[in-house]
Amino acid sequence: MLHAAVVRSPHAHARVRALDLSRAREAPGVRAVLAPGDCDALDETAEFEGRAVVAVAAETFGQARAAAELVEVEWEELEPLLDPEEAVRRGSLVGEPRRYERGGYERGLAEADAVVEAEYRTQTLNHNPLETHQCVCEWRGDGLDVYISTQYIWGVRDDVAAAFGLPPDKVRVICEYMGGGFGAKNGAGGYVTLAAELARRSGRPVRLALTRREENVGGGNRNATIQRVTAAAKADGTLTALGGEFICSLGWGGWLASTAGPMQLLHACENVRTVEYGAKLNLPAMAAFRAPGFVEGTWALECLLDKLAAELGLDPLELRRRNYANVDTMDGRPYSAKELLECYRRAEPHWERRHEVRARSDATWKRGVGLASQIWYGGGGPPSYAWVRVGSDGRANVVTAMQDIGTGTRTAMAQIAAEELGIRLERVQVQVGDSSRGPFASISGGSSTLPSMGPAVRAAAADAARQILEIAEQRFEREDGTLSLRGGEIVSPDGTTWPLEEITGLLEDGQILGKGARGPNPAGMRVLTFGVQVAEVAVDVETGEVVVERIYAVHDVGRVINPLGARSQIEGGIIQAMGHTFSEARLDDPHRGTVLTKTLDAYKLPTIADVPEIVCELIDKPDAQLTNLGSKGLGEPPIIPTAAAIANAIRDATGADVTSLPITREEILAALREARERERVGAPSA
Amino acid sequence: MKIELTVNGEQREADVWEGESLLFALREKLGLPGSKNACEQGECGSCSVLLDGTLVCACLVLAAQADGHDVVTVEGLGATGEPHPVQEAFVEAGAVQCGFCTPGLVVATVDLLAHSPQPSEDEIREALSGNLCRCTGYAKIFDAVRLAAQ
Repeated sequence: MLHAAVVRSPHAHARVRALDLSRAREAPGVRAVLAPGDCDALDETAEFEGRAVVAVAAETFGQARAAAELVEVEWEELEPLLDPEEAVRRGSLVGEPRRYERGGYERGLAEADAVVEAEYRTQTLNHNPLETHQCVCEWRGDGLDVYISTQYIWGVRDDVAAAFGLPPDKVRVICEYMGGGFGAKNGAGGYVTLAAELARRSGRPVRLALTRREENVGGGNRNATIQRVTAAAKADGTLTALGGEFICSLGWGGWLASTAGPMQLLHACENVRTVEYGAKLNLPAMAAFRAPGFVEGTWALECLLDKLAAELGLDPLELRRRNYANVDTMDGRPYSAKELLECYRRAEPHWERRHEVRARSDATWKRGVGLASQIWYGGGGPPSYAWVRVGSDGRANVVTAMQDIGTGTRTAMAQIAAEELGIRLERVQVQVGDSSRGPFASISGGSSTLPSMGPAVRAAAADAARQILEIAEQRFEREDGTLSLRGGEIVSPDGTTWPLEEITGLLEDGQILGKGARGPNPAGMRVLTFGVQVAEVAVDVETGEVVVERIYAVHDVGRVINPLGARSQIEGGIIQAMGHTFSEARLDDPHRGTVLTKTLDAYKLPTIADVPEIVCELIDKPDAQLTNLGSKGLGEPPIIPTAAAIANAIRDATGADVTSLPITREEILAALREARERERVGAPSA
Repeated sequence: MKIELTVNGEQREADVWEGESLLFALREKLGLPGSKNACEQGECGSCSVLLDGTLVCACLVLAAQADGHDVVTVEGLGATGEPHPVQEAFVEAGAVQCGFCTPGLVVATVDLLAHSPQPSEDEIREALSGNLCRCTGYAKIFDAVRLAAQ
């Protein structure tokens, strides 16, 4: 196997004036060198740092890196566009601005007793899965095998097939395990094209793994935002208008995630106007990152709502209850299920702790409690398919060409099949991760894996169970539809039981093959997920240090399949959100547009030392309208409300309004000064 | 250069370049991919191994420095079907999501419990704060360490 290294643009905007590959080509161990013109993934013009220019494959990784160092590139630097507001002014946008309006926004403002406005900002964030993007490409005849760390083997198959003009089934994609993705690994990406082309030219398998530095530049990011938002309400708290202008710094590509989505969907409000801009800048392109848009948008919306509650003198939880949406806010469709009120009810005792928490404040450490609610998709959908094979030993094998991003998908699928077949979990094996060894399955993204795949697996297991029972009914001379599978046995209503193997054993080398497909989502209904988080913080008003002491989370995602895994999703989402809130930020050189935080000492991920007490609760009520399973996804919901809940707790503790993420000590101290100033001039403590 | 070292109780030899890390030698030359490469510079703990009984990041140790020394990797702690008690505790507590950081955390936990069989919460925070996990939120890792300490 050869190893690849990539020469990338060190500039945010530049053009190759001259390229000399001669020394690299002659370097020890080098077997293939690609330059612009050899492969679409290489370019002579770099519109962002990290743009690939040359790729080298050599016998060892060290040789590949050494050869890459010998590539001589003469760059002509160009002026980078880095300011998102300037990009919007100049019309440098990814796609058209997205405008949305319902009701009469101006009328809503006119009817209000209170109007609050604010500008919230969020930073650029890197996914930083611990395993960087990487693949091994190997040609076999006219077909290509791609071993890859991905969230979507079928997406990789189609991307690679398109890049090489191959029929999709000539590309086999294998992903047995992967080291995290968080949205960054939804497709193939240029690095796979490079590896495949290097493999084609060298006739050898090629491994291409991004270094951590490459990952932190080109591995994808959650785009920064500027959100100018307004909320208006009657004195009783009824929202009369919500509006916002959202400028999203997408970089040189990507797509415009819905930052306005929470404003449009979360609370009942007749009059809403939003406009979203995707600023096209000379920076690396954004990629989906765990609830893209909604994480950023919920931070602004839920902070703004607390500001409004303060203005109106209303309890923030009560304000949210008074604007509870009973039908979908955008088109009036009924929800397939919605337990947000129940979430509020269960959050109540944790919210009530604020009196006791505040009372524990002293001169230096001020304590407070804040909450935020959450809405997100997560209903999944068709198509997705699964097979369930039951052998003569009565063991089941679930086969589907999905991938396990690390959320315990295998375990959940095994649980679903075991329940349907009435057998023990240990008797079910799950085979995933190979596009040539199973039917099409969904992406592991958008909180869709379980709600998309689970029903297909259940249907396949039910199909297998039906066939087993038909044989049993004939053999034991029972009426059709009278027998069932339970506890590893075939059970008759009269109490007679037979071991499952008594029927499956008849198969000898044969198998029962059950097939299942994911059915449609309920027509005319909106399928969404909901939740509430309550944060308790302590703020050192002298230094600006914030300690999150406790987070309570309650989420409604329909039926929970694996409670242990579900709690782990919530905890993981909350800690990632705490990183977003306090420590993580991709910093760019403001003049050159190059990334300064390329390593994990500069880009600060949360550690075990940062973990507060986390109390998780799940409503765990099946969505009766949704599929044969009643489950929605939980990958994304927990990361959505945390930052706003923490900021609202800081406001509760100190009166300070924090409006920028990450919340640094400087930010806290500045917000405290502003709060004191407001108090001094006697302005309302909004 | 040739190095000779003991890895997981076995005498091993490897032909390494002088600038190569122990992590690279373990993964690419000795067929032991359990130690993971995530940050390449000692920030994430995914490549944690025991070098003469001391917990180190294998990416920060030159393979040449390990010549004549004793290395224990995650592969040396338990065998398939016979997991180390710390590995069992991680499974039992569900302290795993994608699993990429898990080998490093297991080795670091083995080291922690060797020095402090009943660690306090603060000791756990201190001892494992050099092991980054991007998925679990660490809560279940606390559970696993407490379970393993029992």
